[in-house]
Amino acid sequence: MKRALAYLPVLVVVIIGAFAYWGLQGGRNPAEIPSALISKPVPEFALEGIEGVASPGLATADLKTGELTLVNVFASWCVPCRAEHAVLTRMTATQDLRLVGINYKDRADDARAWLEELGNPYLAIGHDFSGRAGIEWGVSGVPETFIVDASGTIVHRFTGPIVGDGQRRFQEALDKVMAGS
Amino acid sequence: MKWIALVFMLLASPVWAVEPDEILDDPVLEERAREISANVRCVVCQNEPIDSSNAGVARDLRLLVRERLVAGDSNDEVYDFLVARYGDYVLFKPPFKPSTYALWLAPIFIIGVGGLAVFMMLFRARRTATRVPSDLTDEEQKALDAIRAAQKKDLP
Amino acid sequence: MIPELGQFALALALVSACVQSLLPIMGAARGQTLWMRSATASSVLQCVLLIFAFGALMWSYIVSDFTVLNVVQNSHSLKPMIYKVAGTWGNHEGSLLLWSLILAIFGAAVAVFGSNIPLTLRARTLSVQAWISVGFLSFMIFTSNPFERIFPAPLNGQDLNPLLQDIGLAIHPPLLYIGYVGFSIVFSFAVAALIEGRVDPAWARWVRPWTLAAWVSLTGGIALGSWWAYYELGWGGWWFWDPVENVSFMPWLLGTALLHSAIVTEKRNTFKSWTILLAILTFSLSLLGTFIVRSGLLTSVHAFAVDPERGVYILGLLGVSIGGSLTLFAARAPAMEGGGLFAPVSREAGLLINNLLLATATGTVLFGTLYPLFLEAITGDKISVGPPFFNASFIPITLALVLVMAVGPFLSWKRADLKGVLSRMKAVMVLSAVGALVVWYLETGGPVLAVLAMGLAFWLLCASALEWARRVKLFQSGAWARIRRQPRASHGMSLAHIGVAVLVMGATGASAWKEEEVVFAEPGTQVSIAGFDLTFEGVENVRGPNYLAQVGSLVVTRNGEPVTVLYPERRSYPVAGTSTTESAIRQTLAGDLYVSIAEPAATNAAGKWTLRVIYEPLINFLWIGSAMLVLGGLLSLSDRRLRIGAPRKARAPKLATPAE
Repeated sequence: MKRALAYLPVLVVVIIGAFAYWGLQGGRNPAEIPSALISKPVPEFALEGIEGVASPGLATADLKTGELTLVNVFASWCVPCRAEHAVLTRMTATQDLRLVGINYKDRADDARAWLEELGNPYLAIGHDFSGRAGIEWGVSGVPETFIVDASGTIVHRFTGPIVGDGQRRFQEALDKVMAGS
Repeated sequence: MKWIALVFMLLASPVWAVEPDEILDDPVLEERAREISANVRCVVCQNEPIDSSNAGVARDLRLLVRERLVAGDSNDEVYDFLVARYGDYVLFKPPFKPSTYALWLAPIFIIGVGGLAVFMMLFRARRTATRVPSDLTDEEQKALDAIRAAQKKDLP
Repeated sequence: MIPELGQFALALALVSACVQSLLPIMGAARGQTLWMRSATASSVLQCVLLIFAFGALMWSYIVSDFTVLNVVQNSHSLKPMIYKVAGTWGNHEGSLLLWSLILAIFGAAVAVFGSNIPLTLRARTLSVQAWISVGFLSFMIFTSNPFERIFPAPLNGQDLNPLLQDIGLAIHPPLLYIGYVGFSIVFSFAVAALIEGRVDPAWARWVRPWTLAAWVSLTGGIALGSWWAYYELGWGGWWFWDPVENVSFMPWLLGTALLHSAIVTEKRNTFKSWTILLAILTFSLSLLGTFIVRSGLLTSVHAFAVDPERGVYILGLLGVSIGGSLTLFAARAPAMEGGGLFAPVSREAGLLINNLLLATATGTVLFGTLYPLFLEAITGDKISVGPPFFNASFIPITLALVLVMAVGPFLSWKRADLKGVLSRMKAVMVLSAVGALVVWYLETGGPVLAVLAMGLAFWLLCASALEWARRVKLFQSGAWARIRRQPRASHGMSLAHIGVAVLVMGATGASAWKEEEVVFAEPGTQVSIAGFDLTFEGVENVRGPNYLAQVGSLVVTRNGEPVTVLYPERRSYPVAGTSTTESAIRQTLAGDLYVSIAEPAATNAAGKWTLRVIYEPLINFLWIGSAMLVLGGLLSLSDRRLRIGAPRKARAPKLATPAE
């Protein structure tokens, strides 16, 4: 009994070591938080469009139309969004995708200039100047992109820009959702 | 360049907390707001409460917390509101539920097992302490006890 | 040229460490005296080489040699000299070099000053120490070379993070490392003892000064870090239960337990396997700290050169050293018990409870710190374990510790008379109850727990003072001679215990009765807090050596009488592209008046400043208590050195001392 007990510290160390090794595996970002909204219906929100931009505003009902929708949270002050914007534009051109945007904590003038410069691939854009809708969506930073299925349920959240390896991972997630539906 | 030591990376930005324009007029509500925001983790920072974070989202959340309190929410309702959107991650005090039973019961478990071990050790120590050290025979022990008893009587 | 020499010295140090890791221990096994004696030469050589290497890196910093990558990334020619020097260890590579240097210094110190330690034990200890050195030196040379050159050399450096350009933080890491690494020698002693299969009071006595030295440094290091956070971060917090703080706190807690259990091993020849286990675990926790800080395993405010690949290397190192030593422990320890017997009420029993509580506290902090990782691995859920958990679990344990700590020193070895002790402490009980009531009367708004904590702090304070006074018979003639004659270690104990009481008071006061006002200020704005009236006079621009500062001034009055003028600063560092808050503090024993300024976040407050005024009651008790802990440790250490470092000299005063 005493002999067996003497091995207890070794056991504890092995267990902690195993967890630590798991924690060091590539691809794990300790700062990344899973969305609390996965497999939940889209939150209640209603946003006006951006002043001077042709796209209409965005509200909960727009995401329950029976079609799969991508909801991209972006801002003109967000540097990675610029790179992501080109990718999203290309994706909407080559694939049959319904893309809407939430313009997060941005001044209308800045957002309009940004969209005029880079083009507007969004079917609708909600202007979330206060960031309140962002909180409803559990947004922690921009860019973030949600995949909402035909029934209006959030099935995936992607944090960070959809470029490079991120684009590959996002496309994988999107294909999986599409295949499932 | 990957190796650049990002020493205290996040602290490098000015750590700033509650701003004067956020503070509620009602001191009781404000007190509750401060208490809640000290227990809510900022979602974009590394390990800071929204109360002392300067991130934009932290400020939004501080304002939101106050708004909910003014609207008459209880503290728990405010926490629930935040958890519904950001998950348990935002709570510095993990809720007591199956996945955290182990966490909350650990201190009690550790001190319980340790205390038991110590108790057993002391009990064993008492047994051995009274018996083992006497190399005396039974008669000698009796004589010694008698002397001690006599001395005790004499003392007062 | 100098950096190349430094790198060469580093490589030679590794070679020396490799030799040291094999030759002496083999010599001990074969009875080859010469092989064993080689440990002295190799540990001194290793130490000299690393001093040279460290000096070379420091030289590169001092002359701002921007052909060295490390200097480029962490220094700037305009930086004040002291921070150029401190920059040497303000980064991953340099701090690792410092780590290895301290490791070697401790080894060399044992080699040089440990002449009274039996040759075999010394040889084995130094070999084990060299195993650790080999691990860290190879880690540094192969993954984190501090002397790496950069071509073409840039004209200037990227500057050290301005937050680190602070005197408190310049000396905080070295102290912390001396603490962490100091426990390495205790670890080496423990492993050597396990290899020899023998632990006795003499062993405990040899280990004690090293434990104490490490503990003193760690105490100082943690206190300094806390102090830095308090005055530099701008909102008056001093402890956050952040993973990085926890990992420095755990070796401290367990090291404290070790310090006490080693006394029992030394005086009563018991608790042997427990002491050995504590010695191994304390250093293991130090290693775990290094690992967590550098691997980015957990999210923390203090991000330090986060890199999972390096993490795997350190993890391997940890696995081998900790796993190996604990396996050795499991094989050898069960045969090691025995020794002095004691009654359930005795000093041994008291120290056992001390160890139980300290170990529980350590276990709780460890589990709480790692739990998010466990849960994420098992269920994928992410949770946060923060101050509410640690306060809820740690505070009761600490209070229990304070409660029994007051009684402990009154108990005699083997068998004590608890009733007698408690009756002697009646006055203390009354005093602490009165103290708690006074606190309760003065601060009706505070939480009940705070009143209880203050009462217990009074209890510990008075009891420790009483115990000391009784021991030296303070109020009888010849007290001074008795004070001088008694072993300094016992005075050190009293001082450190009183330090804990003072610390508890400080922690309680500053957490429970803190007051805070936050306002937008423009010239003329007035704030009242804790009886003080502050008037904001405005802000002036000032140019520093490598920063621009905006200095606010606040006139402080109390009941219309002028008290002082405070100058909080906001500094911006153009090279590093960041800014820092330099708070202004009026320190008094009763509490600190703490002021800091910043640019408002709100857009409608242009031209105003966010002014934060905090009153932190009793906060200085924290630093005073910490200083008392350090001084108490040093006092004990000075006693031990007398007895151990120079046994001949020690005999004389020892003869004059009546037996305890």
